[in-house]
Amino acid sequence: MTSEETNTALRKPSLRGVVIGLVPFFGMCFSVPLWDRTTPMILGLPFNLFWLIAWIVISSGCMALVNRVERGRERKDPGA
Amino acid sequence: MTPGTTAILVICLIVSVGSFFGFRASLGRRKGLEEWTVAGRSFGLLFMWLLMAGEIYTTFAFLGASGWAYSRGGPALYIMSYITLGYVISFYLLPYVWQLGRRYGLQTQSDFFEQRYGSKALALVVSITGVLFVIPYLQIQLTGLGIIVQVASFDQIPRGTAMFIAVTTVALFVLMGGMRAVAWVSVLKDSLMILAAVSIGIYVPLHYFGGFEPLFQQIARNHPAHLTMPGTTKTMGHAWFISTVLLSACGFYMWPHTFGAAFTAKSGHVLRRNAIVTPLYTISLAFIFIAGFAALLLIPGLSNGDMALLMLARKSFSPWFLGVIGGAGALTAMVPAAIILLTASTLFAKNVFRPIFRPRMPESQVVYLAKTTVLILAFAGFYLALHSSTTLVALLLIGYSGVSQFFPGVVLGLFWPRVTTAGVLAGLIGGLTTVSTLMLSHRDPVYGLNAGFIALTLNFAVTVSVSLGMEPQESRLSLDEP
Repeated sequence: MTSEETNTALRKPSLRGVVIGLVPFFGMCFSVPLWDRTTPMILGLPFNLFWLIAWIVISSGCMALVNRVERGRERKDPGA
Repeated sequence: MTPGTTAILVICLIVSVGSFFGFRASLGRRKGLEEWTVAGRSFGLLFMWLLMAGEIYTTFAFLGASGWAYSRGGPALYIMSYITLGYVISFYLLPYVWQLGRRYGLQTQSDFFEQRYGSKALALVVSITGVLFVIPYLQIQLTGLGIIVQVASFDQIPRGTAMFIAVTTVALFVLMGGMRAVAWVSVLKDSLMILAAVSIGIYVPLHYFGGFEPLFQQIARNHPAHLTMPGTTKTMGHAWFISTVLLSACGFYMWPHTFGAAFTAKSGHVLRRNAIVTPLYTISLAFIFIAGFAALLLIPGLSNGDMALLMLARKSFSPWFLGVIGGAGALTAMVPAAIILLTASTLFAKNVFRPIFRPRMPESQVVYLAKTTVLILAFAGFYLALHSSTTLVALLLIGYSGVSQFFPGVVLGLFWPRVTTAGVLAGLIGGLTTVSTLMLSHRDPVYGLNAGFIALTLNFAVTVSVSLGMEPQESRLSLDEP
């Protein structure tokens, strides 16, 4: 945590940031009929359980990406 | 020494060590309201993470998730999904809530509503609803503690006695420690919980079945429908999954205590990083599900699924390790129970009692009143836990249906200048009425959808249309001004 980070004001989320944030909702929620199956078992786990574990990691990645997008905007144009 | 005595002694040891660390951390700090409730707004990423994981991964995740995997099957997976998506939503809300909290000195959810909408009535409705719906959450923790002590003592200590001891310990802990102590105990709690989850979730399948795949193959053969939705239920299909995940993810940070945790952060960026990192912790839930599924084959026929994980541990491990798992479980109940008590009692004293009865009450007396409220709420939760037979997950769903009704007021309050006080109040009351009517008449799920979700949709529609039908109203908060 640098002091620069503490001091820059947060800006409202950008459209791009929100769109990336919707990706996990499609992966883990709306698409449930597509992945709610037992087979194929992967790493010994039923497919639906494996799918959700994989998407926890992907979601975390998505949010890291959104953070980069938003930080980039805030650094370029602080205030406003 | 009997196995029960050994296990109980280990649990007591773990709880005492945890409490000791907690008390030590909070010694020597000035105990104003701000220190007691929001730890002086000083938490960096590590502490924030501990506090947030501390309040999210509760007995519900430990016993309730395995209990549903055991008794319901596939529908239990909704838990992994909604927690992750709840963090995604938090990325877009909490940093802004924090920023406003810092600018206007907010400490509770109700403070936020009062500052944004300039309405004491709305703030009051929010506080009372928050305190009411957090009680089932408290009840979950106490019920969980009761189950742990009962199973670990090999049924020597009755559940009622166990819950009484537990509730007294938690109340003392809150009264003497405050939020900083709670965050410290989370350190021990989270390490032990991961240890317990991983050891049960890996050891049990290996020991009894020779791996994950043979375990799941056998479930697929013997209980072909169990691993997918709707599992053993008739109503919890894909529509239920989607509506419940959306409702719970929206409600995730609408609990008075989870919303309030945002104010303990040192900066908004800490909360953003929390939303990136903390979901990964949810992976440990997979081990807990695996334990619940294994219990289906190893100890079939339990009347209460919530006991599955501990009965499995009792069957598989020596008493001292049952004690370690029980101790982890006890802390996962005590930490959230403490946070809930602390937040709900502050909310009651500061945002319900003071504005109605004693507007000029000094802060020192608010602290005193909040501490008295801790005792009242603790024993209300104890009474309910003693006289109820609802499963842990069902209790949580009741709470979520209620607190998620705050969501429109928070989101629109932050990002839509056009929203009005009357709109939010109408939506909130409409949503709460709908959800109470549906649940009290046992019509949840309705047409395959979660009742709380239907209420939330209605709430949004009412809030937006009432707001648009009125004169615009000036917002008393701004994200943009410095």
